[in-house]
Amino acid sequence: MGVLARASAPELEALWRAHGAGAALAPLRPAETGLVMVRGRAGGTGQRFNLGEMTVTRCAVEGPGGVIGHGYVKGRDKRHAELAAAFDALLQDEARRPALLAAVIDPLAAAQAQRRATVAAKAATTKVEFFTLVRGE
Amino acid sequence: MYVAVKGGEAAIENAHDWLAEARRGERSVPELEVAQIKEQLKIACDRVMGEGSCYDPALAALAIKQARGDLVEAAFLLRAYRTTLPRFGYTEPVVTADMLAQRRVSATYKDLPGGQVLGPTFDYTHRLLDFKLLAEGEVPRPEPTPAASADGRLPPVTDILAREGLIQDEPPGDDSAPVGDLTREPLLFPADRDLRLQNLARGDEGFLLGLGYASQRGFGATHPFVGEIRMGDVTVAFVPEELGFPVDLGEIELTECQMVNQFQGSDTAPPQFTRGYGLVFGHAERRAMAMALVDRALRTNELGQDVTAPSQDQEFVLMHSDNVQATGFVEHLKLPHYVDFQGELSMLRSLRTAWQETKA
Amino acid sequence: MTTLAPTFQHPALGPQAVFRTLLDALARPGRPLSITGDVPGPPAPAAPALYAAALALIDFETPVWLDATLQPLAPTLRFHTGAPLVEDPANAAFALIGNPLAMPSLAAFAQGTAEHPDRSTTLLLQVTSFAPGPWRLTGPGIKAATSFGATGLASDFPTQWRTNHARFPQGVDLFLTAGHHLAGLPRTTWIEG
Repeated sequence: MGVLARASAPELEALWRAHGAGAALAPLRPAETGLVMVRGRAGGTGQRFNLGEMTVTRCAVEGPGGVIGHGYVKGRDKRHAELAAAFDALLQDEARRPALLAAVIDPLAAAQAQRRATVAAKAATTKVEFFTLVRGE
Repeated sequence: MYVAVKGGEAAIENAHDWLAEARRGERSVPELEVAQIKEQLKIACDRVMGEGSCYDPALAALAIKQARGDLVEAAFLLRAYRTTLPRFGYTEPVVTADMLAQRRVSATYKDLPGGQVLGPTFDYTHRLLDFKLLAEGEVPRPEPTPAASADGRLPPVTDILAREGLIQDEPPGDDSAPVGDLTREPLLFPADRDLRLQNLARGDEGFLLGLGYASQRGFGATHPFVGEIRMGDVTVAFVPEELGFPVDLGEIELTECQMVNQFQGSDTAPPQFTRGYGLVFGHAERRAMAMALVDRALRTNELGQDVTAPSQDQEFVLMHSDNVQATGFVEHLKLPHYVDFQGELSMLRSLRTAWQETKA
Repeated sequence: MTTLAPTFQHPALGPQAVFRTLLDALARPGRPLSITGDVPGPPAPAAPALYAAALALIDFETPVWLDATLQPLAPTLRFHTGAPLVEDPANAAFALIGNPLAMPSLAAFAQGTAEHPDRSTTLLLQVTSFAPGPWRLTGPGIKAATSFGATGLASDFPTQWRTNHARFPQGVDLFLTAGHHLAGLPRTTWIEG
């Protein structure tokens, strides 16, 4: 579900057309936008506190065999939540799961890992290389 | 006392029309798109998300556009909007140690695991106006040089001090205990640290900065070092009741500041460094640092020290940090006070008459 | 098919109408009111009024206690309201009771505190039917007195209720539901008979 939440709605839309269209899904909870209170910890590790809220959109659909697909995504994009719920429902179908993992989830996860690596690489280029001392490692 | 006054509808409507026209500005200049504000005035959006206490960069950008760049007004718009939404629940506490850091610097150790990572910072710029931007020249986009084994995860600096017991512990506390929430219950004093941190995280940046600065200059003597500042993406996970397990919602950008403060020890605590903590939405370093300074100042009581300065006074800080509340009370003075004022006038006249009679 | 029952068709207007009826019921204790309009089909064995009232009142911040009879509602309530389910009735903001004959005593639920009498449990009981007697109800919201009764309640209910009334300002409030109807019994109401 995390991979689906991190994907963009257009990405999921294209994948749905290729791999999901025609699936028998019934709406259970229409997409709705609400808030989730983000919590942190004092000092990063200590007592919990409420940092502030964020917008979240959720949706639930019923898939074949009565399974419930849930979509919980950051932001206010209802279509994103619907598609995340739809894929979640199909992924619970053992027969379809391996193919969907290979065609949808794995490529999305790889693209997300690539985006993270790009940020990490960019950050690494701004790492200070001290030349007065040898880095003690 | 306020009096209900009727009338003025036409004037108000015309004033609002003019406001809309003024917001748009000179028509020969292209209108700003919300996406442009979100991408190119990001720091402003981050401040509005922080003070509006609602993480949604696109909404913050919209609020800034609607408020004509008045960031306090924009925070107000975001606060008003959030009241229209249902709340689904609370996230798991974010793990800032796992942040995909764009920036991480420390003033306490030069060589530290992971190194000093500057990220996109104004530090080291010369603060010279860049007239190339005036000429609307596109900035060249550098290709990132791939660096070996960079996963973006950097160990927190305070862990180094904690290993030797040189810094105050931050025990996780009782996770089954309720967490105070200012959006649900009124603030009462003395306020526990959870409520103080929530209050500071949404407090006015200018107010926090002034208090933090005052505490450095001697009004509340702190002698801080930046243990660490980090900024980057953190995963947020949420446990829907119907699922019973955490679901990743995606990432949000946060700035965290760990201030390390000198401390001599007291009757109740051994000599060790103490901590001040700042955590805010978006890229907002000044805000995170000011929050950490004020958080430490507000811990005066629990560390067995005397409250001598405003920054250490819970009621002074927490009751006046919120710029939406503050602007409401200051700006309410514009509301019709006709009856109050007539009362004051008549009182003043009778006092003057009495005064003149005594002089006569 | 899933075991989940539907919620209101309209997310705002549906619960608002039921909430209004619940307010009226507490304002006029012992007067049965009907729930009409946008009434979601309840999961068995809940009746429409109990289910609609539960959906209108409960959210993720209100812990809920279910009696053994209404345990089948658990997945549906979790899904629609996000409410945590609790084992101990004393920790519940709302208690849903399908079989009042086997329910814990009223004293077993949260009673509120002297500072926060509102922090007591609100009970939703499913009874068989209402009747204009044998009890005589008096108190705020009732002009002189009203006759009221319900079948499907334990015989010592009036005695328990008088104890509850005596705890005022603490004590529980109660909604009795039967089919599409419900009646309120706030802690301020006195029952004789």
